[in-house]
Amino acid sequence: MPISTRGPAIEVAGLRKTYRSKSGDQLVLDGVDLVVPAGTVTALLGPNGAGKTTTVGVLSTLLKADAGTVRVAGHDIAREPDAVRASIGVTGQITAVDELLTGTENLRLMADLNHLGRAAGRRRVSDLLERFGLADAAAKPVATYSGGMKRKLDLAMTLVGAPSVVFLDEPTTGLDPRSRRTLWEEVRALVESGTTILLTTQYLEEADRLADAVAVLHGGRIVAEGTPDELKAVHAAGSLDDVFLALTEPPAGTDAATAEDDVPADEKENVR
Amino acid sequence: MTTIATPVPTAVARPRPVADVRTMLRRNLLRAVRYPGLTMFMVLGPLVMLVLFVYVFGGALGAGVDPGAAPGAEARAAYLDYLTPTLLVITIVGAGQSVAISAAMDAYGGIMARFKTMAISPGSVLSGQVLGTVIQGILALVLVLAAAFAMGYRPEADALDWLALAGVLVLLAFALAWLCVAMGLNAKSVETASNTPMILLLLPFLGSGFVPVETMPTPVQWFAQHQPFTPIIETVRGLLAGGAGLDGSVALTAVAWLVLIGVAGYVWARSLFRRERRI
Repeated sequence: MPISTRGPAIEVAGLRKTYRSKSGDQLVLDGVDLVVPAGTVTALLGPNGAGKTTTVGVLSTLLKADAGTVRVAGHDIAREPDAVRASIGVTGQITAVDELLTGTENLRLMADLNHLGRAAGRRRVSDLLERFGLADAAAKPVATYSGGMKRKLDLAMTLVGAPSVVFLDEPTTGLDPRSRRTLWEEVRALVESGTTILLTTQYLEEADRLADAVAVLHGGRIVAEGTPDELKAVHAAGSLDDVFLALTEPPAGTDAATAEDDVPADEKENVR
Repeated sequence: MTTIATPVPTAVARPRPVADVRTMLRRNLLRAVRYPGLTMFMVLGPLVMLVLFVYVFGGALGAGVDPGAAPGAEARAAYLDYLTPTLLVITIVGAGQSVAISAAMDAYGGIMARFKTMAISPGSVLSGQVLGTVIQGILALVLVLAAAFAMGYRPEADALDWLALAGVLVLLAFALAWLCVAMGLNAKSVETASNTPMILLLLPFLGSGFVPVETMPTPVQWFAQHQPFTPIIETVRGLLAGGAGLDGSVALTAVAWLVLIGVAGYVWARSLFRRERRI
């Protein structure tokens, strides 16, 4: 659903999230505040286990927040989850494609689930296949695709419903430089057409090149926010790498080894 | 000023359960066509058992199920009569195993998370799996029954018996599919998804599936008489035999078990689907 004015596309205030399990509770988000203006790209940076994926999970209605308010595309995620779902597209860390189906069938599945109607759906599917350079492989089962092609199809599937807000959780992890560049170009084109993007990434170069704004998540909070250049200036750093290292030092008393243990087991597995 | 300038169709906010279930069913049937191995596995297991148990063991076992049958060809025919209903039930258990695997594949492959972030009917995700499995299971049943026919099986059921039989088998397929979807979602990995449904495969052996319960030691007999697969197999067997030896209370017990298994499986599957998965 398009937003009528260029207000914020994402507004997060005081977001808290704890994972509860038999082996103990783990606080992951401890009061996250974040505003993403419509039609911009915000990159969420942070060390492994900082809660980037959890943040995307809550904002995309996959996880329930314990406290705080979140509005996405003008809708409250707790009160109008379906309106939020109709406005968003999510490309998660795990490539979410059906390997047994072909590229066309995967996209058509999304068109049907978005209730686009037969003719409009078919048009949209062939547009996206063309746009992502998948037209030649469209009739082949996805199991035969390369990692880069699967990721492109994944993003194309996310875009079938023409979402106004797109979440990309480490979209280029494991991709070769060429595929990464193709994805960057797609992201830029999306923003030019008015889409709002929140992306998480491990690659600071990616944030530097793509993002209008960068938010650094550490210890369950946003510890810095600004344009890449602002952050570099404030921290007298030459690159976002230096800013990142300065901001996300493990707290005193913990070392790298214990910090590593904070990574949720699932997240470790998913990093490929 | 609007944020979307391009004239592309946008998603409709309201989920449409009927359309969504149809879409998901189509996906699952398409998967079955693309990956026929799983369906073949469903048919192959019972077929191997049919040939092995009838042609190798049947000559001896037949006398145990029909005391009047002479060892050899007559006993084999008697055992074919006894075994075919069991194998129909086992075919449906095999369908359950396959749906457990596909549910786990969806849950661990990321596509279920994608579905959950879309404005679709949440029930359609699992219903599509269950419906697809029931259809696959029915096709597999027809093939197994055809094989039994080719081996000389001639049931005495009349039209009404066949109708009742179809009802019981479809109910069985739905009940086991919901239970196995839950088992698949509850599995720790895709590889272990079919382990728990494997227990279901053991139950016909510990009941009246292969030999009469009366021949078993007392503790096993007690278990056999109180587990769901004994009345279910007895009902299928009775209907195929023309309903002559079928006790009404056995059929009722079977249907009650099936409803119980189906409802419990559905409730369990739904709660597992809604459970927050740590990401």
